[in-house]
Amino acid sequence: MANNKKQIRIALRNCGFINPENIGDYIARSGYAALASVLGANNPQNSIDVIKKSGLRGRGGGGFPTGLKWEIASKNHADQKYVVCNADEGDPGAFMDRSILEGDPHSVLEAMAINGFCIGATKGLIYIRAEYPLAIERLLIAINQAEEISVLGNNIMNTGFDFNIELRYGAGAFVCGEETALIHSMEGGRGEPTFKPPFPAQEGYLKKPTNVNNVETFANIPAIILKGWEWFSSIGTEKSKGTKVFALAGKVNNVGLIEVPMGITLREVIYEIGNGIVNDKNFKAVQTGGPSGGCLTEKFLDTPIDYDNLIAAGSMMGSGGMIVMDEDDCMVSVAKFYLDFTVEESCGKCAPCRIGNKRLFELLEKITEGKGTMEDLDHLKNLSKVTKDTALCGLGQTSPNPVLSTIDNFWNEYLAHVVDKKCPAGQCKALKCYIIDTEQCIGCTVCARACPVGAIKGEKKTPHEISQEICIKCGACMEKCKFNAISIK
Amino acid sequence: MSVKIQISQKTRTKIEEICKSFNNEPGELINVLHKTQDYLGYLPAEAQEVIGQELKIPTAKVYGVVSFYSFFTMIPKGRFPVSICMGTACYVRGAERILDELKHQLELNVGETSADGLFSLASLRCVGACGLAPVVLVGDKVYGRLAPDDVKNMVDEYKDMRGAV
Amino acid sequence: MEKIKLIIDNREVSVPKSTTILKAAREIGIDIPTLCYFELEGLNIHNKPGGCRICVVEVEGRRNLAPACVTECLEGMVVKTNSIRVLNSRRTVLELILSDHPADCLVCAKSGNCELQNLAVRFGVREIPFQGEQSCYKVEVSPSIVRDMNKCVMCRRCETVCNDFQTVGALSAIERGFASVVSTAFNQKLSYSNCTFCGQCVAVCPVGALVEVDHTPKIIRAIADEKKTVVVQVAPAVRVALGEEFGMKPGSIVTGKLTAALKALGFNYVFDTDWSADLTIMEEGTELIDRITKFLKGDKEVKLPLLTSCCPAWVNFFEYHFPELKEIPSTAKSPQQMFGAIAKNYFADKIGIKREDMIVVSVMPCLAKKYECAREEFKTNGNPDVDYSISTRELAALIKQANIDFNSLENVAFDSPLGESSGAAVIFGTTGGVIEAAVRTAYEVITKKPLPKIDFTELRGLEGVRAATIDVDGLKLNIGIAHGLSNARKLLNEIKEGKSQFHAIEVMACPGGCIDGGGQPLHHGNSDIIKARWEAIYEADRNMPIRKSHENPSILAIYKEFLGEPCGHKSHELLHTHYFDKAKVIEIKLD
Repeated sequence: MANNKKQIRIALRNCGFINPENIGDYIARSGYAALASVLGANNPQNSIDVIKKSGLRGRGGGGFPTGLKWEIASKNHADQKYVVCNADEGDPGAFMDRSILEGDPHSVLEAMAINGFCIGATKGLIYIRAEYPLAIERLLIAINQAEEISVLGNNIMNTGFDFNIELRYGAGAFVCGEETALIHSMEGGRGEPTFKPPFPAQEGYLKKPTNVNNVETFANIPAIILKGWEWFSSIGTEKSKGTKVFALAGKVNNVGLIEVPMGITLREVIYEIGNGIVNDKNFKAVQTGGPSGGCLTEKFLDTPIDYDNLIAAGSMMGSGGMIVMDEDDCMVSVAKFYLDFTVEESCGKCAPCRIGNKRLFELLEKITEGKGTMEDLDHLKNLSKVTKDTALCGLGQTSPNPVLSTIDNFWNEYLAHVVDKKCPAGQCKALKCYIIDTEQCIGCTVCARACPVGAIKGEKKTPHEISQEICIKCGACMEKCKFNAISIK
Repeated sequence: MSVKIQISQKTRTKIEEICKSFNNEPGELINVLHKTQDYLGYLPAEAQEVIGQELKIPTAKVYGVVSFYSFFTMIPKGRFPVSICMGTACYVRGAERILDELKHQLELNVGETSADGLFSLASLRCVGACGLAPVVLVGDKVYGRLAPDDVKNMVDEYKDMRGAV
Repeated sequence: MEKIKLIIDNREVSVPKSTTILKAAREIGIDIPTLCYFELEGLNIHNKPGGCRICVVEVEGRRNLAPACVTECLEGMVVKTNSIRVLNSRRTVLELILSDHPADCLVCAKSGNCELQNLAVRFGVREIPFQGEQSCYKVEVSPSIVRDMNKCVMCRRCETVCNDFQTVGALSAIERGFASVVSTAFNQKLSYSNCTFCGQCVAVCPVGALVEVDHTPKIIRAIADEKKTVVVQVAPAVRVALGEEFGMKPGSIVTGKLTAALKALGFNYVFDTDWSADLTIMEEGTELIDRITKFLKGDKEVKLPLLTSCCPAWVNFFEYHFPELKEIPSTAKSPQQMFGAIAKNYFADKIGIKREDMIVVSVMPCLAKKYECAREEFKTNGNPDVDYSISTRELAALIKQANIDFNSLENVAFDSPLGESSGAAVIFGTTGGVIEAAVRTAYEVITKKPLPKIDFTELRGLEGVRAATIDVDGLKLNIGIAHGLSNARKLLNEIKEGKSQFHAIEVMACPGGCIDGGGQPLHHGNSDIIKARWEAIYEADRNMPIRKSHENPSILAIYKEFLGEPCGHKSHELLHTHYFDKAKVIEIKLD
């Protein structure tokens, strides 16, 4: 699909090149060699240092330095520790984790075992969406095969190191991407986050020290161990090393998964890899970071993409959704779409997220229906800020981002909805106004017959008129008119 | 005096087996619910009562978990479960209009099952087929790049199978 | 303990490590507002979900605001509790909570005592800027509790006491997001759940989502009905708490004023549940002596330990959760029901009226008593022994409504004959009291010697589970005491496993016993109030001229005149009961 120039494959290095149901394929491409080298060197701190020096940061959204996370977990002593792989990909419009698990499950298993050895854990758990049956099947096959040849299980490679991996199934809750919520879910409870500290590295699954990383983060690990931290840190920007997998979607010609070096610009992604906007329409914005992120406009097209630049631009890396929008997309509606998502996905534990997001959504709904006031815009801004500032977990702390970033970048669109009662993109149904051009209309009556509510009146062979009070803005008349006499104002 | 719950012997035995396969561990509640829903197609109140008794979890807590996760349902799905992807890619490519048309054609709202048990309608978050956006699933069958006008034909195909077993 | 220093609102404060910002601020007199936070110190109830976000403060160097109730102080931390950013956030969050809360304060049972209303007053909220969907749940009325989840603020206090402290598990957070609320399984009625009606959920609810069923209108009507003779009984714990409702300091003993108020309200006879508590001791004590005597003679069938049965929530608890043990508890009815049985079967005759013309009202610190008096086995031809049970709070409301100046009332004594009591009866109001009263009598009955010391301090205290061995002239009596049903559960599990070493166990469902019953004046998490009531109970005992149940002349008289002997034929008929297996039954349905 997407063209290959500008792409570097680390996390996706094996996807499409191996049969994921055959461990031999993986081994043939240096699979489990990283684990062998870590176990052979028998110096966990050394291996942690390699990860630290590589500069790898968590690919699940937050961007916390992975090596540091491992080090903290390694220093908390307990009779049992856990390694957890977060495979509960829930961002609408992102599916990189699924692709890795389906295309290269062993890379994740190997990384988890390395992680286990480094922090002193003998048990690994993969928290995976139940909606990913193929990924689950391939993981189970991979675990079996790995155990058969003793690269997983007890006494791995005769080193005396035990590491067993089990699957835990998510059940459809976006908030479980938050690590404390994920842990409560794995323990059989409601996926509600809890205040940190204690961090999972101190008190995680079953109150034991637990290291949680996401699929893509893990998929990078064996490559870093084998090729060295110097190689990895040579890719990317100063503070964001390596590559990032994005799910490029929306109004671009080439859509699909891409893996690009940190520091690439949006322009390169959209126009070179994505091959430009569909139907040569005008680029309007790109949304990154999913429901936690924001929209980037034309002025950011040449900004190098990394964790810090995206945050500075009012968005975030997130798990890697990248949705391109064109002139036909209404940015108020886009914000509403994401808020609709967070309203549905809020766990309900803290008041700002439970009620605040609902009220944000309702304000946006009011605005897109043409009923918004300037006061509503004030409430929208204040409520967004307060929700960010007071919510309990990452979900609520970032859920107003789509609102704030569209307010920052598309304030005029908000004003158009509120003051002029118009949707510049022509997308908000309630603000559409179908008008018959009396010059063009020949009075053929086709539109009047097509109208389901009888809003169009006029004598045969004389120009017709649409009653705006009756019109339900279904667009049937415009579709039927052969003379291009009907337009949206 | 005490509240009575009715359940068939077969279902009860099956649920007990599922619980036992997870050592009746309270921490395995979600796995038990998954397996039970796999078996029954949904999680009726009686099933939750039995699970609560087996795992020694208050029924209120079991229900608290079932009602928290969108994957669990207490309403049986239709013979042809229709799901629409409402992920961002599908959304920007017009999923909302497809959903409106589905609601109209099926005479159902999201989360409902038709009285004859033929259809149920659900909305999903990104099925990972963004290249085919907008996407509708009927059972396991994927319908991609749908336009509102395609919906009627798609639905009629299944309506015709009403009599077929 | 390691101390750390930090700065709150420009003032330096030094606190032990792991102190929360909330507590550190309180140390220096800064009262950070809270809503969901709830702790009963010393009674092992903690609810700190960090969910309401009302207590947020600014911590220098932190990206977002921190909830003071769960954020621990760190060395050198700089905290601001009143910056514009904090005040705006708190206010906005409060407005959000109010935007999903009915504004029917005028007719809300919690009005004037509502923590959310207090916050709205404190923040000076005059309008709620956010309009939108409001939660819509059906209001449920059970025998004891009214649940109006439209008012729920998701503080989770009820869920915490129901699950952690009581291990009853009737309530849980359900659904998610805006739809989330604390409710029962499948939103069914409480009566379909394992709810014991202990009322602790009501005692901790900050708003009017959980309140008692109000019986005061029925009582006003009964008093107004000239054909009815209305008899009232008052439980021991009421007299050490009612004063709080009239501005008195916690722990004030208001027995005389209480009696005067009940007279002023127009009750025909004002009696004392303490009287029937003494009667309970005669029955339960005799049962205990009987079982132990049999046990010592080698009887293998005898059921030990004897479990007390005064607390109706506790009775519900073992009927639901441990029905296999239902033969172990004492068969003695609770003092409330013993009183009702005597009032309607003895006193009604004595004053020459039919039982149908007598209304028996109880004033209780408890909400489970409302359920208890409605139990079928406590009715004769559909007429209950106790018609209505009202809580301490409801009585206070009645007194206020009747325009009675409580504080200036002259002390009045209880009526005779069901009004005389001993100090042993008044300590029924707190954990350890029932068993101490029983031991005072059992000791003297078994040994036929006077007690060397009346106060059994080894049985007193507020720890959740307590054990003591009482030397009854060489006979070592092992006593167990639990308050809070989670603690009771531990002792019941020991019995089930055959590991229990106790001869008798006292259980009360509420923290501290009846002094903190679900019907008491609200303490809003201040455990000092409970401790003051606890001390007052023992003070009331010390003030009594008679301190042993078997020395209560009125009790001796009724045995002579009417009942015969303890645990005799008449007693069994009127003063004893039996228990039911109420575990949910899963029936097999034919396909």
